Amino acid sequence: MNTLVDEILGKDSQPETFERYRGEYPVRVRGLVNSFGDQIIHDDLDLDVKRGEILGVVGGSGTGKSVLMRSIIGLQQPDAGDIEVFGQSMTDAEPDEALGVRNRWGVLFQGGALFSTLTVGENVEVPIKQFYPDLDPEITREIARYKVVMSGLPGEATSKYPSELSGGMRKRAGLARALALDPELLFLDEPTAGLDPIGASAFDQLTKNLKQTLGLTVFLITHDLDTLHEICDRVAVLADHKVVAVDTVPNLMKLDHPWIQEYFNGPRGRAALTAQALDELRKHMDKPIAAQAVKALDKSSEDEA
Amino acid sequence: MGTAAQYSLDKNDQGRTVLRLSGPFLLSTIGDVEPQLRGLDQSFDAIDLGDLTEIDTVGAWFVCRLAGDDSVEVLNASERAQRLMTAVGEIDNDAPMEAPRLPLFQRISESMGDKMFAALEGVVSVVGFLGQVLLGAASILRHPTRFRYRALVHQLESVGVNSLPIIGLMSFLIGIVIAQQGATQLQYFGAESLTVNLVGRITLRELGVLMTAIMVAGRSGSAFAAQIGTMKLTEEIDAMRTIGISPVEALVIPRLLTCVFMMVLLGFYASVMAIIGGAVIADVMLGIPFWTFLFRIQEVVPTHDVWVGLIKAPVFGLIIGIAGCYQGMQVSGNSEEVGKRTTKAVVQAIFAVIVLDAFFAVFFTEVGWG
Repeated sequence: MNTLVDEILGKDSQPETFERYRGEYPVRVRGLVNSFGDQIIHDDLDLDVKRGEILGVVGGSGTGKSVLMRSIIGLQQPDAGDIEVFGQSMTDAEPDEALGVRNRWGVLFQGGALFSTLTVGENVEVPIKQFYPDLDPEITREIARYKVVMSGLPGEATSKYPSELSGGMRKRAGLARALALDPELLFLDEPTAGLDPIGASAFDQLTKNLKQTLGLTVFLITHDLDTLHEICDRVAVLADHKVVAVDTVPNLMKLDHPWIQEYFNGPRGRAALTAQALDELRKHMDKPIAAQAVKALDKSSEDEA
Repeated sequence: MGTAAQYSLDKNDQGRTVLRLSGPFLLSTIGDVEPQLRGLDQSFDAIDLGDLTEIDTVGAWFVCRLAGDDSVEVLNASERAQRLMTAVGEIDNDAPMEAPRLPLFQRISESMGDKMFAALEGVVSVVGFLGQVLLGAASILRHPTRFRYRALVHQLESVGVNSLPIIGLMSFLIGIVIAQQGATQLQYFGAESLTVNLVGRITLRELGVLMTAIMVAGRSGSAFAAQIGTMKLTEEIDAMRTIGISPVEALVIPRLLTCVFMMVLLGFYASVMAIIGGAVIADVMLGIPFWTFLFRIQEVVPTHDVWVGLIKAPVFGLIIGIAGCYQGMQVSGNSEEVGKRTTKAVVQAIFAVIVLDAFFAVFFTEVGWG
């Protein structure tokens, strides 16, 4: 009887992947074309995400950062191009195969996108129950509990509804749900947007720590210059319907592209850089030269202000 | 390489019991071994992770649980396993999943009390809203240039003109049903010719306006609540206030005027369509010629029946408009509220319309317009 059911439903609806991805590029995008009506968003866009890195994606409003993410996770059917996730083509994959990849990534949407009728804990349980319905409910509950705490929320938040949480906590709860299936790949859409500077930098640290502990690969869309300087290993710049450059922040700043120059060397870009340099220097305050430099930098930024 | 999580218990050379875990210990595989391992009645002194092929936080957390307190030693943990176990091991969260709930008895009485107070507050705020509308109307009368003709025309189109097809079709079909069912019953008395009276009087007096009101409440009252509610959520209404535009003048009054005016026209239109429907079926079924039916209508329906319908129509329109706009203005918080308020607007409008209709029916008969 069971084999018959298996045959009808396709052999084993549960995805079978017991091995972490060992290849170099978990995400490869080649020749991606996206357009809405006459408006071209992406034209022949290429992008590789390296395993184990935090890749920041920046670009002006309307350059298609979110559309790129939605294309990779399969929410947006591209007009042309090829997208590979974990070496598995997403663009011409059978739905079953795509499902096998879907439990290996987590997505944090901009507003958190928590289910408003469920508590935080129940929100985290949803993906686990969806993919592993046979798991003992007690285990599912326990897993959800530690994921909530792992995302930096206090334990009491487990039984709260999303509407009872602050913006920053909602983001963390969204992160807990994104981490529910122990993904290898994490997509974050503007995680620090709308957070106060303290909350934003705490979230940055959390992302960095989780990446190190869990060995995550992170695809991070952001506008936040501090985030870029602080945690991103590489940054991809979207402009002119393409990825115009992918590199570390210092290398990007040397490039002679008008938008990149404006972005990193504008007043906000410089401020973020100064802050970064100050942080770095303060770690070595015992050396007199550093102390002097800090003083000088502090003064210069005051003058600027 | 094993594709399932496995375990074995054996003794090592020092005579200690060692639990050996092998294969992948992941969220996807742990379900197979978890019940047995939890139910293990034999105690062990160490856990050997040397044969693990993969581990994720779920595996690490599970090993931590198995290890319990520090008496059990964890051997041969890979760097990754070690890292995950440190990250997960200290987490202690025993908060319940569900939001706290009061006992049943308390919950029921509490929700009843809440409803009572909400009803009281509702009455107060409806009266407040009416006051705002009156104020808005008065200030528009004093400054007629502030009146939004464009908004009014737009509403007239969407509430009135655009609903002509659906209301026409609905009334036509209702006319058919009344004539056909009525004729069947009247045949028992040999009084088929009275079908004309039945159709003419019931549609002009009651059903034309009533069915139109229900349709307008469902079509336009709900739209009012949803539109205004969404504007409230996106802070458009607050923006209007800061610029000095009164939302009541700009949004509510055009909609109310539209409803009042269009209900009269639509109600009459619906009655006419229903009579045409009745005439068609009478022609086909009873052999009363189409034009004869229409001339008979003139003779058997007293003029005051038309007035009864036309007097009720603007009142119903006002109720539908007020219910829609009021509920829309009450939206606050999240998008879920918009849906709730929209439903409320429609339910309240239809309920109030039917209650008033019953009152009107008795009233008009008493004053001699029977």
